[in-house]
Amino acid sequence: MDLTWPQLLPLIFMGVMGLSLLAYVVLDGYDLGVGILLPFAEDDEKDLMVASIGPFWDSNETWLVLGIGVLLVAFPFAHGLVLTALYLPVAVMLFGLILRGVSFDFRVKARAAHKWLWNALFAAGSLIAAMAQGWMLGSYLTGFQGSGWPLAFSLLIALTLPTAYAVLGSGWLIMKTGEDLQRKAVAWGRATLWPMGLALAAISIATPLVSPTVFDKWFQMPTLIALLPIPVACAVAFFAAWHVLSRPRVVAAGYGWVVFASTVLIFVLAFVGLAYSLYPYIVLDRMTVWEAASAHESLVIIFVGVAITLPAIIAYSAFMYRVFWGRASALSYLPPPPATPATPAGDEVTGRA
Amino acid sequence: MDTLLLSRIQFAANISFHILFPTITIALCWFLVYFRARYTAARGTPAAQGWEEAYYLWTKVFALSFALGVVSGVVMSFQFGTNWPGFMEKVGNIAGPLLGYEVLTAFFLEAAFLGIMLFGRGRVSDRVHLFATLAVAVGTTLSAFWILSLNSWMQTPAGFRMENGVMHADDWFAIVFNPSFPYRLVHMLLASTLTVSFLLAGLSAWQILRGTTNQGTRRALTTGVVAAACAIPLQIFAGDLHGLNTLEHQPAKIAAIEGIWQTERRAPLTLFGLPNEAEQRTDYAITVPGLASLILAHDWDAELKGLNEFPGAHPPVAPVFWSFRVMVGMGVLMLAVSWWAAASLWRARKNDRSGPLPLSRTQLRVLAAMTFSGWVATLAGWFVTEIGRQPFLVYGLFRTADMVAPHAAGMVLTTLVGYLAVYLFLLVAYVLVLMYMAQHPAMPLPASPQAARPAVPVGGPA
Ligand code: HDD
Ligand code: HEM
Ligand code: HEM
Repeated sequence: MDLTWPQLLPLIFMGVMGLSLLAYVVLDGYDLGVGILLPFAEDDEKDLMVASIGPFWDSNETWLVLGIGVLLVAFPFAHGLVLTALYLPVAVMLFGLILRGVSFDFRVKARAAHKWLWNALFAAGSLIAAMAQGWMLGSYLTGFQGSGWPLAFSLLIALTLPTAYAVLGSGWLIMKTGEDLQRKAVAWGRATLWPMGLALAAISIATPLVSPTVFDKWFQMPTLIALLPIPVACAVAFFAAWHVLSRPRVVAAGYGWVVFASTVLIFVLAFVGLAYSLYPYIVLDRMTVWEAASAHESLVIIFVGVAITLPAIIAYSAFMYRVFWGRASALSYLPPPPATPATPAGDEVTGRA
Repeated sequence: MDTLLLSRIQFAANISFHILFPTITIALCWFLVYFRARYTAARGTPAAQGWEEAYYLWTKVFALSFALGVVSGVVMSFQFGTNWPGFMEKVGNIAGPLLGYEVLTAFFLEAAFLGIMLFGRGRVSDRVHLFATLAVAVGTTLSAFWILSLNSWMQTPAGFRMENGVMHADDWFAIVFNPSFPYRLVHMLLASTLTVSFLLAGLSAWQILRGTTNQGTRRALTTGVVAAACAIPLQIFAGDLHGLNTLEHQPAKIAAIEGIWQTERRAPLTLFGLPNEAEQRTDYAITVPGLASLILAHDWDAELKGLNEFPGAHPPVAPVFWSFRVMVGMGVLMLAVSWWAAASLWRARKNDRSGPLPLSRTQLRVLAAMTFSGWVATLAGWFVTEIGRQPFLVYGLFRTADMVAPHAAGMVLTTLVGYLAVYLFLLVAYVLVLMYMAQHPAMPLPASPQAARPAVPVGGPA
């Protein structure tokens, strides 16, 4: 097919939007996951868990703003349609994100006696946001039908997406912590990996069943074979994670990162599968990428911006991750001490002081 | 209540809550850069400790305000789609790129460097840390730039053409730098400066009254008073110019601000009164003859257009009228208070810096009472601007009523109540935590390098 520039631009933006939503799900996924796991940790471990995501969460959440921003900039018609249909789950997600985002800061600044409240709001906010996102994904895939099987399907994803985030969060903690907390993170990972796997399998089976369009795209003979690598790679990644999680010695030998990496790989593969199912629709069966796109000259002006700034954004985000590379340590607004023998840190310097 | 009204109230509640925190972070970040620069310059002298302590306390305030700004901003970015889909369908070609540039140039810059700014000391060199702080400051200012450009464009649209009822961009320069944008940007940046100045001065005054000071308190207080005293005349001047600009582009808004019902020459300035929309007059008005014409047209005899010229297309008068007086009243109060305090500081400038602060308890109490005055003026100013634009969403072109999403009123009411409850809770928590931090201003560690400091034991080596 010969693509002209005006036809190509909407596709590029579809790609940018998809990739920023993928970046969001992976990046905010691990910090929502850590939030969901928070109630299962001891009080002093909670500080370290929060410290492990403290410098990152804001920039992770910004990928959501970019994803929604691109939807708005490049596909204003779909933007209105999708967000109006998702009114309630969006509001619920926003409540979750508000509570989670502010609790980060309040929990170490408010008086110590109130810390439990902010911890609870932090965990609740993370869980609510994750469930609402699952619900949104479900109703998006089923074309916003609000009853019967589609409803049950949305409910299924709402209940299972948190387990996927919890696995990511465990993988993150395994990399960023040591000793007791790391052992706990391994146990959490073990407890949530199978539910996540089952959920993914159920979703993969259910999606073609609730949507004939998706069914036709996958279950035709030559294509099915060509697509086979996706589920196979998913299974391999799953068992790699399981292998590491069930052998403490492997984690101790420094291969803990495999859990995080394979979970990310599973997310990426699921995303590729989803993208294939949807193309060329932006709202399944209703609106294609081209029907939803905004005027060409507006796309051009924003394309210039994306082409210049996105590489810079990726570069300085990578720089930020490098600065906070390695095991997490207590966060402080003050310069760290000179290398003197360690004494226990005071309350004020732990967590997000 | 109908969906339109509920959606409007919800939008107004969200944006009003949101704007409280950007107003603080935009200017506070530059103040933090200043504290750091003073600290660096004073290193090795006794003054350094004071600047470091001021930097530490106000970094905490900054971090908290920033978090609230981010979460409420994320709410904003969903609002257009959930409640005003018509807006994006008609105006998306223009509003979209402006919002897109805000995300691309500002939000990521702030978010990525915030972590380094807050927690990076010691992990990066001093120079990189200063660079990160500057990056966050530039980011917040840039985000004000883009969003105000969009908002100004909605007030004074330019550089577009209509095709089948949908707007298309013709001239991006004319869109970004639309006629009211320079005024709005300057006025808002000064509003942010003033809000933070009074916050610095007020919270510090309160610390002194409570006896919970450290060496940073005095630095913060003086910085706040001096900055306020310098910024407020500029703000009044800018506000006056802004009004002239509005008279040119949105005469109906000015008529509502001034309560001018009928077109007249030698229009009087109404200081106070009760706008009575049913009878088309202002009850119990206290007026100064001819002054409105003089202020707005710089001529006693100039003719000013009244509300009668805009039947069905002018804003509700009372809220605009009152909000304007609240804002200007706050401005006058700020002028009086900041100059009064600045004069006392000026007279005592030769005195020993470590002696008692040359402010009386009354002055401290007044400053403490004015801590959040910037919020009041800023909100009032936005109410003038936004309500004064009604019944249009894009001035003169699209009406608000035509853009709203047709949700069931009950659903919008439910989310509205939810938002209001969360915002009220967070606002109370924010103010209480600010006061709590002011009462416990001590840095957890001695800043002198010889003293023993706890290492960072948790989690082992990086
Ligand atoms: C005059 C300034 C100003 C105004 C009028 C607005 N904002 Fe804002 N906004 C900021 C100044 C700002 C800021 C200072 O730049 C913030 C505060 C904290 C932050 O992260 O940036 C911000 C944060 C912020 C964020 C979070 C960014 C992040 O994740 O880092 C979003 C999505 C928005 N805003 C969106 C909006 C929308 C849709 C608005 C209007 C309809 C709006 N803002 C009005
Ligand atoms: C005392 C003199 C002041 C005058 C004459 C003045 C004038 C104005 C005018 C005419 C507007 C309406 C703009 C429009 O037509 O849309 C406005 C808006 C506004 N004012 Fe003021 N103002 C004054 C003081 C202040 C102070 C002290 C603050 C805050 C600290 C403030 C904050 C704002 C804000 C945030 C807006 C809305 C944003 C904008 O349109 O720029 N003003 N002002
Ligand atoms: C940040 C400061 C702002 C404040 C405090 C503010 C305040 C308000 C208020 C009080 C209303 C309600 C007016 C009424 O119901 O009569 C309103 C409406 C509205 N404003 Fe703003 N506004 C701000 C900025 C913006 C910006 C930057 C935009 C554009 C992107 C915008 C777009 C709208 C829209 C779409 C409405 C629709 C509903 C309506 O007009 O009632 N506002 N705003």
